[in-house]
Amino acid sequence: MTQTDAAAPPRRTFGGSIASLRDYAIVIAFVLLLIVLTATSNHFLTWINLLNTLESGAIYGIVAVAFTVLLIVGEFDLCSGAIYVLAGIVAAELQPMLGTWPSLALGAVAGLAIGIFNGAVVAYLRINSFIATLASSLMVVGIGTKITNGFQLYIAAPDFGILGNGKVLGVDYFIWIFLAFVLASGFVLSRTKLGRWLYASGGNPEAARLSGINVRALRIGAFAFSGFAAGVAGSILISRTATAIAGDGLADVLFPAIAAVVVGGTSIQGGRGAIWRTVLGIFFLEFIRNGFNLLEVNPYYQDIIRGAIILIAVGADALSRRNQ
Amino acid sequence: MTVRDSAADAPRRAAGPLGVELRGIAKRYGGAQALDDVSVTVKAGEIHALVGENGAGKSTLGKIVAGAVLPDGGEIVLDGRPVAFRSPRDAIREGIALIHQELALVPALSVLDNVFLGVEPANSGVLDRKRQRAIFAELAARIGFKPAYSVRAETLRVAEQQKIEILRALVRNARLIVMDEPTAALTRIEADRLLDITRDLRKAGVTVIYVSHDLRDVLALADTVTVLKDGRHVKTVPAAGETVDSLVTAMLGRSMDRVFPARVPPPAGAPAVLSVRHLTRPPAIDDVSFDLHAGEIVGLAGLVGSGRTEIARAIFAADPAAGVVELAGHRLARRAPRDGIRRGLAMLPESRKDQGLVMMRTVRENVSMAHLGEVAWHGIVNAARERRRVAEVLESVDARAASHTMPVSALSGGNQQKTAIAKWLLKTPKVLLADEPTRGIDVGAKRGIYELIHRLAGQGLGVLLISSELEEILGLAHRVLVVRNGRIVAEIDGGAATEENVMRAAFGEAGAPAHGGEAA
Repeated sequence: MTQTDAAAPPRRTFGGSIASLRDYAIVIAFVLLLIVLTATSNHFLTWINLLNTLESGAIYGIVAVAFTVLLIVGEFDLCSGAIYVLAGIVAAELQPMLGTWPSLALGAVAGLAIGIFNGAVVAYLRINSFIATLASSLMVVGIGTKITNGFQLYIAAPDFGILGNGKVLGVDYFIWIFLAFVLASGFVLSRTKLGRWLYASGGNPEAARLSGINVRALRIGAFAFSGFAAGVAGSILISRTATAIAGDGLADVLFPAIAAVVVGGTSIQGGRGAIWRTVLGIFFLEFIRNGFNLLEVNPYYQDIIRGAIILIAVGADALSRRNQ
Repeated sequence: MTVRDSAADAPRRAAGPLGVELRGIAKRYGGAQALDDVSVTVKAGEIHALVGENGAGKSTLGKIVAGAVLPDGGEIVLDGRPVAFRSPRDAIREGIALIHQELALVPALSVLDNVFLGVEPANSGVLDRKRQRAIFAELAARIGFKPAYSVRAETLRVAEQQKIEILRALVRNARLIVMDEPTAALTRIEADRLLDITRDLRKAGVTVIYVSHDLRDVLALADTVTVLKDGRHVKTVPAAGETVDSLVTAMLGRSMDRVFPARVPPPAGAPAVLSVRHLTRPPAIDDVSFDLHAGEIVGLAGLVGSGRTEIARAIFAADPAAGVVELAGHRLARRAPRDGIRRGLAMLPESRKDQGLVMMRTVRENVSMAHLGEVAWHGIVNAARERRRVAEVLESVDARAASHTMPVSALSGGNQQKTAIAKWLLKTPKVLLADEPTRGIDVGAKRGIYELIHRLAGQGLGVLLISSELEEILGLAHRVLVVRNGRIVAEIDGGAATEENVMRAAFGEAGAPAHGGEAA
């Protein structure tokens, strides 16, 4: 690497320091939070508490991981909340006919199918993904309402809870599933050709296309992944609760997922981000909730503070961009 | 010049042309110093030309005067009074307007509405059309042209739109107009008319700062010329004492023949590596056919908008087009760029920032992007292999990066361009389509790119070179194809090509060599 030695030293600029501040802001904030919570509560740094955190974060975490991939490729999916709910309804409806595992699998498959549909609409009709998935989420909510006629569904089968409540090595199945999503997505993004293509397509679609990358296929694939993840999460939830009611899933899954991704520092403009960031974002937001509860902070303040944190995260992203 | 009687942002009511003094102006863009301690005095009432190579900083300086770009340092002094512009609006308030390279009209509005946009004369909020028309007629007459005011701006030709922009500036009581490459998109006849209008502006009491790379226009028009080089002030002199040669020497800091490497002819009987037949994409490309041989550099010359870039993009399948393209005997499918890339086609696009590089990603990722298969095994990128191969190709093009893991946006323009070339060398291509390979980079880096293109041709690549800088084509190409209105109208041997015969063909004037008249 002789030319590296011969080259000029890197220039330190204001924009550069803001960008690196943003790059590691989540790590610093996370470590500070960890220190504060460990110091103020004896219950915080325990295996049980860690498992509880994962238990409440893993389901929307699965959606958040896929959402990260989608943001990196430069798209947005407002539909995944609706898919999450519909997958549960599909599984609940099919359980009496097909049995537990096939019905739960088909819930996930339904999510995959809607994801492919969303991707095709965005990629071929070139509709802004925000608008396209807003429209398709209405359709998906409507399908769910039609299937259930607006009633709440109950699944009586005793084995139906297996996916949501079963454990191996003392850890819930769905936490393992979440970890599988994290590891697989993290590996693909950071180590494979596919990952490079995703970053390039999100960072500059035209340059990616002129480099021979099939940007359209990547977009469809990312939407398919997002739909599939929402379907898996929805099947897990229905298995845990054994009840389903039509809805858009925004507050349950989509908003927490987006919040975790954004707080982690993945850019809403595409081309930048990482799965580890989203994992940190999930833990960060969960720890805050966890810490508030341990410290008995009024729940109203909790929401205000969480909202402010998201604003700060997005603001830092915008600021670093302006200074480039 | 009383156009408006009352408005919050009415320009200062001062008559006569405006002079401006620039003191120690500095501007950085990322890693590149666009302007470094530039001091120039523009006298009231003169036409003052700013010239320099691409990337010399002439456009940036013009935009700083007009408030469109904020300087990092230095002072702007108007009539002995320092001013600090935060936006073009501030400059307009002082009577300074900018006519952009890219025009900024609202396409769906009428000519009249565009001219008065934002400064509409009105009575209690109701438009005073009659007054608008009267002012319009008076100003149009003063500078000697009379466009129809009721047609929508989008229906006008670029030259007409430019006149609307000038009227727009006058309506705002502009006493100094900055024109940024105003003739770049015009035909010769339109350009000559614009020069006349510019002289009329001077007569009407407007100072003009005229930014252009066309030295003949500058010498015919300007009272004073300022030469910039690599962001620094070289000289400010009366135009009357200058020639094209003296300006070029000042711009380059050396005479022309030392900028270009010695031309090495391609081996006789080299096979065609690229055959283009009946390439057609209405309205930009009209039945284009030509061959490019191994080791040959073919220049595609022509005016901006003649279809040069479109031809390269169509060959590369960046845009769909009818016709046949063969690469080393293989007919390309041309559904998408990857079909050609797989066969050894590479394109350096016109804009490295918008089309060539992913600016936010690292230098290394950008270099390996197009040929990841070279450094990956079953879809998994081999990090060590990637590091080594990327370092090799970057070294081979002499690209300097402090680190290969820094974002490519942090590199200078020249190093960005070398990075954009390097990415095609990870797997040696057969044909390189290079569209404006030296746009926006300094002269030293240009020389590096020229040598690189030469070396690649020497290794047997066919290079199709597109450039708006004719001397680049004349200095590098073994053969020149001249494009006009989407057609190849002349083919001139590199040795016989001169600025004169290429430009004649490009403008479609009599005396141009016939198509196919001289083969390489």
